[in-house]
Amino acid sequence: MKKLLKIYLTTIFLTLSVQNITYSAGENYPLLKQDWSFKSFFGTFDRASLQRGYQVYTEVCASCHSLKYVSYRNLAEKGGPEFSIEQAKAIASNFEVTDGPNNDGEMFARPAKLSDKFVMPYANDQEAKLSNGGAYPPDMSVLVKARAGGADYIYSVILGYEDPPEGMKLDDGVYYNKYMYGNKIKMPPQLYDDLVTYADGTPATPEQMAKDITTFLAWTAEPKLEERHKFGFRAIIYLVILTILVYFSMKRIWSRIETKV
Amino acid sequence: MSSHEYTPSSKFGKWFNDRLPLLTLANHLTDYPTPKNLNYWWTFGGILTFCLITQIITGLVLAMHYIAHADLAFESVEHIMRDVNYGWLIRYVHANGASMFFLAVYIHIFRALYYGSYKSPREIIWIIGMLIYFLMMATAFLGYVLPWGQMSFWGATVITNLFSAIPLVGESITHWLWGGYSVDNPTLTRFFSLHYLFPFLILGLVILHIWALHVPGNNNPIGIDIKKPSNDTVPFHPYIVIKDIFALLIFLIIFAFFVFFSPNILGHSDNYIEANPLVTPAHIVPEWYLLPFYAILRSIPDKLLGVIAMFAAIFVLVILPWLDTSKVRSALFRPIYKQFYWFLVADVLILGYMGAMPAEGVYLLIARVATAYYFIHFLVILPILGRKERTLNVPLSITEPVLGGMPNPSMAKAKSDKVKINSLG
Repeated sequence: MKKLLKIYLTTIFLTLSVQNITYSAGENYPLLKQDWSFKSFFGTFDRASLQRGYQVYTEVCASCHSLKYVSYRNLAEKGGPEFSIEQAKAIASNFEVTDGPNNDGEMFARPAKLSDKFVMPYANDQEAKLSNGGAYPPDMSVLVKARAGGADYIYSVILGYEDPPEGMKLDDGVYYNKYMYGNKIKMPPQLYDDLVTYADGTPATPEQMAKDITTFLAWTAEPKLEERHKFGFRAIIYLVILTILVYFSMKRIWSRIETKV
Repeated sequence: MSSHEYTPSSKFGKWFNDRLPLLTLANHLTDYPTPKNLNYWWTFGGILTFCLITQIITGLVLAMHYIAHADLAFESVEHIMRDVNYGWLIRYVHANGASMFFLAVYIHIFRALYYGSYKSPREIIWIIGMLIYFLMMATAFLGYVLPWGQMSFWGATVITNLFSAIPLVGESITHWLWGGYSVDNPTLTRFFSLHYLFPFLILGLVILHIWALHVPGNNNPIGIDIKKPSNDTVPFHPYIVIKDIFALLIFLIIFAFFVFFSPNILGHSDNYIEANPLVTPAHIVPEWYLLPFYAILRSIPDKLLGVIAMFAAIFVLVILPWLDTSKVRSALFRPIYKQFYWFLVADVLILGYMGAMPAEGVYLLIARVATAYYFIHFLVILPILGRKERTLNVPLSITEPVLGGMPNPSMAKAKSDKVKINSLG
């Protein structure tokens, strides 16, 4: 039994160590690690940070980056920023979506509703590229899960702008970023002090905004994280209790014959 | 214990059983005499059956919500994750279930290698098992393509391109597999169709696997033939059933940790980027369970030979019952084989690690040495070892190993435990 557990643990350890290998062209710096509230076993999102993160997204990121898998109704759902339904409705109504065709065969514009997906900044990928010097600003819905370092990576890239090392030539519209793959990025640095004004009075430092937007994006990538953690905790407690009961039943049954299990 | 002639007690039962002997089958399965010294390595058969059924059930539900279309597949997976009730749970169980399935199958295979379960009279069980393993790899590969992420797309491109190595007709075959001139929508839809089909083929083979097992009965840790039923056996129910359930629960706890607390750690982050035929990922890596074969493929400089080597790596396993010439089954009584066994385990782990590394420099060198050793183990060491090795004395029965000379320290320990139990009871 002990041996079995050992084998399990080594296999899992080996698998994980192989999976975690990441490659990088260019310089590789250790990511800026943050103590994310959603990482731990019972981890939940910091509600206030999610709401601030939403603000950073709309005021800063949304002009280029879409969130095409997120709906306005998600903003009011449990385990998310938990805006009230009225707040979420108000947020949605600020955006305009094209609907139709109506009975006259015409497409028409109307304010967004809770059931609508987040309105995208560009009509299509081509327009997005054209407006961003040929680089496509990726959709951010699952971005945190789509990068090897996860939340730490996103946080690091947002704050990773520096002067290029000596001898490095950068084309126009290309920036040096310490943590970006290949160290080159076409997105200009975005955050500076007091770029947004937080309603709750939190000082809007670049670090604070980076933390808030990353938390928000971690939620858009994994909106069921809190439910998953809660469910998982219960499932494991249940399994452990059942295992103990089955263990004693097994002992009882095997005691009928003179062999140990 | 089990009687060969079984008669149902009720009148209806008898009437039914005379026409369709389902009750006889059920009686056979519960009474099935099983060696009583089976250790926990033997619980993985049951665990694997559980894995297969879990994959089929979760897959069935996922197929209700998934859309097999190049433009919609990725979005439909996000729809499952966000909008379907407990869709996140079902998808994470299915995705991590594949990994857990392979974890269990590797333990199951290496248990058979250690205790010589592939040897006469169990060759057919072993060959069916290898067919199942091969189909599992195919199914897992097909399934990995379905979310239509970057790794899906490029993994499919790399693997299907292997067939282009076949001389003369290679390219035509590849186009035929794709249903076009590159991996695209027709590829996705046929992969979905086959991914749905294969698990049922596996299920059929599993039934044959178990049927073939029930002819000679289980091998056991000391690898001797035993009389059935006898003092050496226990009925499958309840003894083995309860033990299998206990082991399954331990397995499930580990499974649950992955599903609920690190559901994406076994996958590649690039697969959360929607497939883009114009952007190649920096490194295309398969899922962890295919890495040893990927390392073998890449360690051969010639494409065709690489493909042949990869398939040969599985084929040597199929013919293993005839490569291993030793009459003694269990490694407990084969001191030299035991050491080579652990070398092989290390070799496969090294191959797996190299499969995740870029194929260059020292990694490539190590992968080549490990590939060579893999084949040497099966094609050279095992045939010779079977003839030359001095094996230890094998006990005559499980309950009375003392008559066989008690050659092995671990057996001696088992005996002293038994003495203790006997004196207590």
